[in-house]
Amino acid sequence: MSVTFKALENILEKYPPSSEHLISALQDVQAKFNYLPPEAMTAVCDHFGVPLSRGWAVATFFKSFRLEPRGIHGIKVCLGTACHLKGGARLVEGLERELGVCRGHTTKDQSFDLDTVNCVGACALAPVVVVDENYQPNATHRKLRKMVKDLKKA
Amino acid sequence: MAQVSTARRIEDFRLPSAEALAAYRESILAERDPNRTVIIVCHGTGCIANGSPKVAAALRKAIAGAGLSAQVIPEIKTTGCHGFCSRGPLVILHPSGLFYQKVKENDVEDIVNTTLLEGKPVERLLYTDPHTGEPIPHDYEIPFYKYQQRIVLRNIGKIDPADIRDTLAVGGYQALAKALTTMTPDKVLGAIEAAGLRGRGGAGFLTGRKWRFAVENARKSPGPVYIVGNGDEGDPGAFMDRTLMEGDPHAVLEGMAIGAYALGAHQGYIYVRLEYPLAIKHLNIALEQARSLGLLGENILGTGFNFDIQINRGAGAFVCGEETALIASLEGRVGEPVPRPPYPAEKGLWGRPTIINNVETWGNVPQIIENGANWYARIGVPHSTGTKIFSLVGKVNNVGLVEVPMGITLDRIVNEIGGGVPGRDSFKAVQTGGPSGGCIPYALKDTPVDFDSLTKVGAMMGSGGMIVMDQRDCMVDVARYFLHFLQEESCGKCLPCRMGLKAMLEYMDKFAQGQGSARDIDDLHSLARAIMKGSLCALGGTSPNPVLTTLKYFKDEYLAHVEDHRCPAGVCKDLITYAIDPEICNGCGVCARSCPQGCISGQKKKPHIIDASACIRCGMCMDECPVNAVTVT
Repeated sequence: MSVTFKALENILEKYPPSSEHLISALQDVQAKFNYLPPEAMTAVCDHFGVPLSRGWAVATFFKSFRLEPRGIHGIKVCLGTACHLKGGARLVEGLERELGVCRGHTTKDQSFDLDTVNCVGACALAPVVVVDENYQPNATHRKLRKMVKDLKKA
Repeated sequence: MAQVSTARRIEDFRLPSAEALAAYRESILAERDPNRTVIIVCHGTGCIANGSPKVAAALRKAIAGAGLSAQVIPEIKTTGCHGFCSRGPLVILHPSGLFYQKVKENDVEDIVNTTLLEGKPVERLLYTDPHTGEPIPHDYEIPFYKYQQRIVLRNIGKIDPADIRDTLAVGGYQALAKALTTMTPDKVLGAIEAAGLRGRGGAGFLTGRKWRFAVENARKSPGPVYIVGNGDEGDPGAFMDRTLMEGDPHAVLEGMAIGAYALGAHQGYIYVRLEYPLAIKHLNIALEQARSLGLLGENILGTGFNFDIQINRGAGAFVCGEETALIASLEGRVGEPVPRPPYPAEKGLWGRPTIINNVETWGNVPQIIENGANWYARIGVPHSTGTKIFSLVGKVNNVGLVEVPMGITLDRIVNEIGGGVPGRDSFKAVQTGGPSGGCIPYALKDTPVDFDSLTKVGAMMGSGGMIVMDQRDCMVDVARYFLHFLQEESCGKCLPCRMGLKAMLEYMDKFAQGQGSARDIDDLHSLARAIMKGSLCALGGTSPNPVLTTLKYFKDEYLAHVEDHRCPAGVCKDLITYAIDPEICNGCGVCARSCPQGCISGQKKKPHIIDASACIRCGMCMDECPVNAVTVT
């Protein structure tokens, strides 16, 4: 999605120009564009009257912000304690091999992001993998391979 | 007032007084037939993932098609998490309490035909006692629920969190009405002090004392006071706050409103973790409904008291569980902690007195006001009053969320409520307190679970994660896992935490590879003490706990790694060998196909072999083997 003035305006007009809303506004920008485009960052910082360096400081400090465009499908492997004990780490390694990409990155064809998350709070379903907001309970290599295959087809 | 009944009309009026609230509640109750069957379908994150929305939809369809007369058509209610997540999706029938577990879409027909039409239970969906093999038909008889004492979670599983009338029907906002109309702010504060409530977020500081401090500071420098509900549940392996916010958001809102009255605050914030979309959604719905009824906002219940709440989404930083870092984040800055004192109760948000409590702490407040401080203080043990919610996870039969009185022993939680460890007689260790907590060995199984006893054994209460581990879990690996987590989450502001954790992790990596020496273990120990003393905030100050407790109780395991180059639990990659047991292997070939190295060979229907020299120990074959023939040594 291209960064349009209109789309940004729609987000920013919800917030009074006081810097306490900086993080919320950046979250909305990311929800809209899937990442924080540099031109959007300039507009957001202008709106709140804060230096650009503060915007980037916040964006790089908090884990949820992305500075690069995202892939079409997001795969998040939970590495919370329960998932760790039940082999979550092996699942990420399996996906890294399957997709040919390291955790924290996007596949070359822009179709998958592979990320790890510290806990999604669904410990009874461990190990859990969240794919495009859908929880995959008791994930196994086989289930994940099939899921990747299905998503590629779709 | 009595004619107000539909959800649409909630938006049309504000309750002008406490009496109007009571009358509205009466009108809601009068419309409800206590004998009417209510079918509850759990819609917590866990059950949703296991397909409960499909079950609810199928139930609605089947009931519509069953030709029931209008008087007996059951109501279908979707609720928050019941806690028994390992058995989901759960379906419970009220008023009987008939409890069905692991319900699938195609079970619905049986439920309608057998239970609703014939009045008999569907045997195969009942919970069976793992020890006796006997079915247990009702939820209140199941050990998992029977030994719990649900105070904060009491409504979850009974109410639809998206409908405030359900909350009002079970007595929601009555404590707020009581506080506003019959108590002075000082009396509310006194009740919290007398109840002995301690913060549920980790440190266990006395809530009443903290509030008193803020009130005194506000008196010295007049101006606004702020309150914050901390729902940025960052501990891995914990989902208490998520469940509370998802399942009974009004309990948090009501507790905060009462606290605001006691503290003289007019603006509150709830800081929720971004990974909890359902909690954010339910809190927003609850806020909107409470505002429209005049239970939040201006002139609450006609008493002239104003208070409103704003939801802030956390942006993914564990350190924001630290009060001063959370405040920085609320102000739109990088979430780095600052030295205390001054404490937030003196100078917090925008330099004003600010009270930050965990959402579970806020959830306790209405109960204390409603039932009295004496009632509350009698639950639990002296100095740790009330109940605590734990997320019981890991190697335990009944994985889920449990609320127990303080002072119950670890053993009772794991064995009576948790149903023991799968396939084993005993656990190896229980880890409490999140990444900064400690591992308690089986030998200390009779440790009472309260703030002070846990601290005494080197662990801590933390926010309530309780992870059960068995003989297949390596203590070196677990300590390394937590250290890795904390090292990544360290904000990097102060040196002991930033560099110290990195150095500690280097030692742990070495041990996990079977390198290092007993001398290194001693060095690690002194480094850990230095980090504890030198760090700026609690993240660094408590970060060595997992290493220190495992060193204290499981030193032999460390020595096995460094001296014998062996991982007794068979976890640490560099010290293990995978092999296939020829007695068990049926030659299906799944392992050979899954092996990324292509180092498994064998003929069809004949035992396969792993070429250990090419094996990268990815564990794929073990995870995939349908007959568990892959062994680790």
